Amino acid sequence: MAKRIEVSGLHAYYGGVHAIEDISMTIEPRSVTAFIGPSGCGKSTFLRTLNRMHEVIPGARVEGKVLLDDEDLYGPDVDPVAVRRVVGMVFQRPNPFPTMSIYDNVAAGLKLNGVRRKSRLDDIVEESLKGANLWNEVKDRLNKPGAGLSGGQQQRLCIARAIAVQPQVLLMDEPCSALDPISTLAIEDLIAELKSRYTIVIVTHNMQQAARVSDRTAFFNIAGVGKPGRLIEIGETSKIFTKPEQKATEEYITGRFG
Amino acid sequence: MTTDTGVSTTAAAAGGRVRDAAIGTGRAGDKIFASAARGSGILVLALMAAIAVFLIWKAIPALQKNEAAFLTSEEWNPNAQPPRFGIAQLAFGTVVSSLLALAMATPVAIGIALFISYYAPRSVAGPLGYLVDLLAAVPSIVYGLWGLLVLAPRMEGVSGFLNSALGWIPLFGGDSPGKNSIFTASVVLAIMILPIISSISREVFLQVPRAHVEAALALGATRWEMIKLAVLPYGRSGMIGAAMLGLGRAMGETIAVAMVLTFVPGINWHILEDGGTTFAANIANSFAEATETGRGALIASGLVLFVITLIVNMAARAVVARRKEDA
Amino acid sequence: MSTLTTPSGDRPALGGSIGAVSAGRKIKDRIVQALVYLAFALAVVPLLSVLWTVLSNGLERLDGTFFYYSMNGVGGRDEGGGAYHAIVGTLEQVALTSAIAVPIAVLTAVYLVEYGGGGRLARAVGFFVDVMTGIPSIVAGLFVLALWLLTLGFGFSGFAGSLALTILMIPTVVRATEEMLKLVPNDLREASYALGVPRWRTVCFVVLPTALPGIVTGVMLAVARVMGETAPLLLTIFFTKAINTNPFEGPQAALPTFIWEQAGDPNQASIDRAWTGALVLILLIMLFNLGARLLARMFRTVSR
Repeated sequence: MAKRIEVSGLHAYYGGVHAIEDISMTIEPRSVTAFIGPSGCGKSTFLRTLNRMHEVIPGARVEGKVLLDDEDLYGPDVDPVAVRRVVGMVFQRPNPFPTMSIYDNVAAGLKLNGVRRKSRLDDIVEESLKGANLWNEVKDRLNKPGAGLSGGQQQRLCIARAIAVQPQVLLMDEPCSALDPISTLAIEDLIAELKSRYTIVIVTHNMQQAARVSDRTAFFNIAGVGKPGRLIEIGETSKIFTKPEQKATEEYITGRFG
Repeated sequence: MTTDTGVSTTAAAAGGRVRDAAIGTGRAGDKIFASAARGSGILVLALMAAIAVFLIWKAIPALQKNEAAFLTSEEWNPNAQPPRFGIAQLAFGTVVSSLLALAMATPVAIGIALFISYYAPRSVAGPLGYLVDLLAAVPSIVYGLWGLLVLAPRMEGVSGFLNSALGWIPLFGGDSPGKNSIFTASVVLAIMILPIISSISREVFLQVPRAHVEAALALGATRWEMIKLAVLPYGRSGMIGAAMLGLGRAMGETIAVAMVLTFVPGINWHILEDGGTTFAANIANSFAEATETGRGALIASGLVLFVITLIVNMAARAVVARRKEDA
Repeated sequence: MSTLTTPSGDRPALGGSIGAVSAGRKIKDRIVQALVYLAFALAVVPLLSVLWTVLSNGLERLDGTFFYYSMNGVGGRDEGGGAYHAIVGTLEQVALTSAIAVPIAVLTAVYLVEYGGGGRLARAVGFFVDVMTGIPSIVAGLFVLALWLLTLGFGFSGFAGSLALTILMIPTVVRATEEMLKLVPNDLREASYALGVPRWRTVCFVVLPTALPGIVTGVMLAVARVMGETAPLLLTIFFTKAINTNPFEGPQAALPTFIWEQAGDPNQASIDRAWTGALVLILLIMLFNLGARLLARMFRTVSR
């Protein structure tokens, strides 16, 4: 069910600001692709164009093509709501719905899609929480509010919520940046497990993390303040971190800037 | 008109202010100014207490002369000898007209708030919000004039239709639906409390964290589903508080109701028929002809109104404040 | 966990494609959208109707006579007559109201922000200021009636009306001033203290001037609000058809009570006067309202 994503000639704008410029890349299925680069290089913006979340910001727009197994996400008949169903997302800060229980948080997306039968919901909620390595910690308090969990648990709850609807792609926008090291490790382990079933794209500030979890890495950069972000290079993670083709990548990897 | 919504943050934020500037307190100027400021604050509290005390004090003589049961009698003849008056009809009219107004205004007001926050294009949302605020700037006497001369004649048909279609519901029953009815008054009240409910709801919606909105959208929610998942649960107590403040407004509204209603003695459950009055409208309409006991009786009825609105308002504030603590 | 990989019967459609949102969900979304637009339209219709009828009916009598003459000796059926006495009354009453309410309200706000420090008294004052915004205006009138007229024995006067309006104005101005004082950066206060300036001088000559444009805006909005109040005036200024320029003695007229009086008379000449009174009142209120907003905007651009 995991799918290949092919991006070609993609530009994104915030009002009059050109945020990212002419990005083309292929994201392989059943693998983890990491986006790295300095702050403001457009990696998060680009990630949000992959499930059409970019355009929910007033004045924001996108040009170019994003093919999900040959189907253009930005095609004229494609409903962004349907796109977000198949391309799930996990955010930088854990954002479970505060008024809902743990159970209802996981079931939220399923209920939207018409799964109503209690036994079916129970099954999928359990599967998803197990899939997010959270089941054992919360199985006795499924009806407690999700906001009562620790930060790391909340983030795994958000992952469970995202995978409950069985997306084909999972986007993660710096999912560990608000977490402590132990929680980070738990999430990284989870990513390694999930990649057998999903196409995973992760934005990270942390280069060690990119090296640990990803199969392929894409490096983004900006030419200067106010200039749009660009894709500098993409390749096997091992290659990017050892023998990058571009000088800018090497400088960034070795910590000379950014 | 944003200030009169009053839900803005209170003195709590002042806790973080510089307070250790006590070095200069020996100076006379500091002492005088500080006590003037403190005195003004105390004056505000004293004013609230004085309102209660003087209303009670001036109501007692009239209540002592009253020959009817003050709480349960439908009569209002305080100028007669012996005076007989009770608030049953006033309470009925006040409660029914305000609740009806609330029932009509709340969904519309929340719709307006949603429209401005989530549906209208961003470039026009501000001006449209200002347009709704203008509704609050129109004085109640003008609503009264409009209600009496423009709306009431048009309500005759509406009331007739409701009567023939829904006459089996006791509230809409009766033989002679009219235009100067409690129903017409509640429509005017609904229009008048729209802006306060919608502006507070808007404030609440503005505070809905972007993260929750995005979480819903990223799950593949439509706009309405996003509102149902992220916005309404978050804003629920704020909206309840807003509706209660609107209720308080509606119950205290005087002139517009006084102008629209035609007084007919006695409680009439058929709200489409002419008649009915409220605490406030009765005071405005009867004051000019009131004798000394009559004034006392009006003050007594005003005291009841004061207590009811006080309770509603304090409860509303408590609900809104609790939401702040939760957040 | 293996079940996750095998799509089961009632799971959302997972065919090869992105798929579509089910028709039911789309329809629901559209219905809500239509309802929300409708709600907005429902609010705009009465607003436009009110403004239009006031304008079109009010222009009928918007003439010199209306501004130069009172209703003295003019019967309900007679043409002519004006609201001079009422306009004078309203302006005097509102001026007196502001003169009493603004100092009290500003000092109360200063107490809440600069001195109260979140203590128990400050919290009580803050809470009751909020509650005060909900006092029905007729109750404010009854209070002044009970205290000023019935207990202290004074007669109906413009000043009695001002006292009632004061109660309605104080909470609005306190809230507006409080907001503005909180916006004054703390650095400014600290800088002043660092220079050895005593606290009261800091508040009077640093904090308040900084917040002044915002406070004036709030006061103007409050004035616009109390100017349209009718109910408390009925019980305190009573009625007169003649000009009374002394707000401290004898019944006075005001624009809202003028409208109330004229609308209570079934003759067309009176109804026309009521509409024109309403038009003048709305114009006055809009003047203050727009003035306040203009001031707020000017200040905002200056401070950036």
